[in-house]
Amino acid sequence: MRTFFKLGFVRGLLGQVLGTLLGMGLVTGMRAAFGYSPLWLAEPAWVIGGLLGTVGFMVGVGALTDWAKWAGGLATPMHHGAPAGQPEWTRYFAVDLSHKVIGVQYTVWGIFVLLVGGLLAGLFRVELLQPGMQYFTTDRYNTMISAHGIIMIAAILLGVGGMINYLVPLMIGASDMAFPRLNAFGFWINVPASLLLITAMFVGGWDTGWTAYPPNSLRTALGGPLFFLGFYTIGISSIVGGLNLLVTVFTMRPPSMNLFRMPIFVWAAVGTSILQLLATQLVGLAMLMLIVERSLGMGFFTPVLNEAAKALNSPPGDPVLFQHLFWFYSHPAVYVFVLPGLGIISELLPVFARKPLFGYKWIALSSIGIAFLGFLVWAHHMFTSGMSNYLRLPFMYATLIIAVPTGVKFFSWLGTLWGGKLTYPTPMLFVLGAISVFLLGGLTGPPAATITTDLYLHDTYWVVGHFHQTFFGGFMFPFFAAMYYWFPKVTGRKYNEALGKLHFWLMVAGFWVMSLGQIWAGLRGMRRRIADYDPALGVQNIQIGITVAAFVIAFSILIALYNFIVSARSAEVAERNPWRSRSPEWQIPSPIPEHSYAAPLAVVGEPYDYGLPGSVYVRMELAGAGD
Amino acid sequence: MSGSTAVHGEYRAALRNNRLGLWLFFLSESFLFIGILVTRFYLWGNTRPELNQLNGLLVTIVLLLSSFTMNRAETALVQNDRKTFLNSLLVTVVLGLLFLAGVIVFEWGGHIRPSDGAYGAVLFGMTGMHALHVVSGIVFILIVWNNGRRGLYSSEQHWGVEACAIWWHYVDLVWVFFYPALYLMGQAIR
Ligand code: HEM
Ligand SMILES: [Cu+2]
Repeated sequence: MRTFFKLGFVRGLLGQVLGTLLGMGLVTGMRAAFGYSPLWLAEPAWVIGGLLGTVGFMVGVGALTDWAKWAGGLATPMHHGAPAGQPEWTRYFAVDLSHKVIGVQYTVWGIFVLLVGGLLAGLFRVELLQPGMQYFTTDRYNTMISAHGIIMIAAILLGVGGMINYLVPLMIGASDMAFPRLNAFGFWINVPASLLLITAMFVGGWDTGWTAYPPNSLRTALGGPLFFLGFYTIGISSIVGGLNLLVTVFTMRPPSMNLFRMPIFVWAAVGTSILQLLATQLVGLAMLMLIVERSLGMGFFTPVLNEAAKALNSPPGDPVLFQHLFWFYSHPAVYVFVLPGLGIISELLPVFARKPLFGYKWIALSSIGIAFLGFLVWAHHMFTSGMSNYLRLPFMYATLIIAVPTGVKFFSWLGTLWGGKLTYPTPMLFVLGAISVFLLGGLTGPPAATITTDLYLHDTYWVVGHFHQTFFGGFMFPFFAAMYYWFPKVTGRKYNEALGKLHFWLMVAGFWVMSLGQIWAGLRGMRRRIADYDPALGVQNIQIGITVAAFVIAFSILIALYNFIVSARSAEVAERNPWRSRSPEWQIPSPIPEHSYAAPLAVVGEPYDYGLPGSVYVRMELAGAGD
Repeated sequence: MSGSTAVHGEYRAALRNNRLGLWLFFLSESFLFIGILVTRFYLWGNTRPELNQLNGLLVTIVLLLSSFTMNRAETALVQNDRKTFLNSLLVTVVLGLLFLAGVIVFEWGGHIRPSDGAYGAVLFGMTGMHALHVVSGIVFILIVWNNGRRGLYSSEQHWGVEACAIWWHYVDLVWVFFYPALYLMGQAIR
């Protein structure tokens, strides 16, 4: 019990509750002091409560402690290992500065959030089995699809953070990230943020989808502002995480590792981080503007003027401005989600093909190319928004051009596979599944990017199909590939291969059915974000198919979790380098000792020269086992 | 390697990381402020509301002066002149507070309210977001002043002071873009 209350996580939760109550009390107290009535006004109370609750969590968990000490002029030496007098597992429930612990924290919390999002999807898929409303009100339904969207985005960002934090410092032979405290902060801020998003469902919900377009988002229920605040808070994590990674890669590589000798995943992480660092500010701004417009009446997005504004001859606000700000982040954000996944594909293919990665430089540069081009295409989401007509064509062409760097990756993957000595353990299956699914997403994108066809496809299930393909191909499948591939490294044990393969085949089959169903329903005119449909549309059978497939996917993921949990606790001990990888993290013991590398790395060859006899990538002195 | 050079080397490595990190943060913040400027031009176009020109000019001058005193503080520290260092920091704080007073009392107390269409929204949005940054700068300076008073910075090792100074200059620089966007560009509408 004592240990329980000493856990940073538990203290953080208490802090969040207290902070929320404090914020609500503050608002209510101020209203009392100024003599306003009624005393209790839910929206400002919840917004200020949500804000202070987040701060409360961070104080409670201890993510701000060291900085507070710095401000007071105290030194804070690095601490390694579990808190004094506490068992080893408590590290994972408290602020810990090791990137390996933080990587695991990101991943585990990400999977938890993923399960919440998946549960929501399961619920609303049941509603769609038949026309008419059976189990939920339309408002509940809308809340669930909106929450599903943003919660899954949070889960993906967490998964991305997990892979990057765990792998990048190991891959470049750094002792840790450049700013370990910022790293811990960046993880922990996600926890109150996720809780805010979940709370938002229970205090009225909201019905805008994850895109929060005004004017609807200005009028939606109380869940709306909590969702904006949660979204904003997750953005803070993205910004500090991206910043930390860029500094780490640029200053903490060994001198012998030049940029073109970094493992390819590191390039993907750099591309992702550039986008996170820069683009996220815009969506943060857009969310803030929604919050102040709702609470202070600041008319950024409302096209109607009040009397005072008319007297000033003020111009009106404009809802389309929101879409520009929003998509300036949210288009690049899709590359934040997929670049690391594509990096995993490029990283694993040579290992399982026993061949050099085809066109290393091109793949590396295509990640950066995608990152920069990604900034120039945002308005392809707005062809029907009523924005100026002359903007449409340039955005259409810019979007189609992105296919070029993406195509570079595909050809390089094919080139790597060509003539390789392929083996098919679970991670390789997930890599191949990812390629097949991502290809599908790449084919359904261009029709949505072409103005003439998008006028019909926009806001239909076609778009839903398209982005589930890109997310599954670009994140979910590669993420599971990475989970299986590095499982022996992280835990030191073997996972169950048969269960892994079962997971794969169920998930890939389920996904293809679900996704083609969505595309088909879209072509038949099924609108997205609609709780009900006309039986005359003839999509009921398709909807049933999608729902069944979705449950197959969910079931397969539960198998994976069972596999991971049971194997981590009691499976056979894994060999040091079961995949015969050349990457430095596989040359040291598993699980990795606290200070990963006993001696600095020296890079003496190319990273992906698989199958070339006698070639070496890195040299190092092996760290002593144990520790 | 003797102990002290090892510490020195560590400090230098940390300094390199910190500097790069801070500049990347500026880059990121620039996107925030660019987004705000885009909003201004998108909504106000080639017009602007009638504002108190004298007040705008005065607060701008005050803020530019504060950049000068901030620079003086840092230079004084490098030259081991601790008295000028500490006093200049305090002068900077006072100038920062004067700036805030100018914005909050005179500009926000004028005839425009936040809820007055795009004029109100953008005016309060821009000055509010900037004022928040000024407040953060003032808090930062006070922390540095307090630690400086206790002798925690030397002429060679004073990353805290450096970061605080660059942060303050950055916040000033933002105003250099905001001032014309609010007060000078476009046609004043009454
Ligand atoms: C890199 C992988 C990709 C990801 C992760 C991705 C993700 C997404 C997402 C999430 C949406 C829906 C946003 C929403 O309204 O909620 C979307 C829509 C869209 N995507 Fe993609 N996409 C990818 C690749 C592409 C490609 C290659 C193209 C075109 C060549 C493309 C063109 C479009 C267009 C035009 C839309 C807007 C459709 C509409 O709303 O009418 N995407 N994408
Ligand atoms: Cu897009």
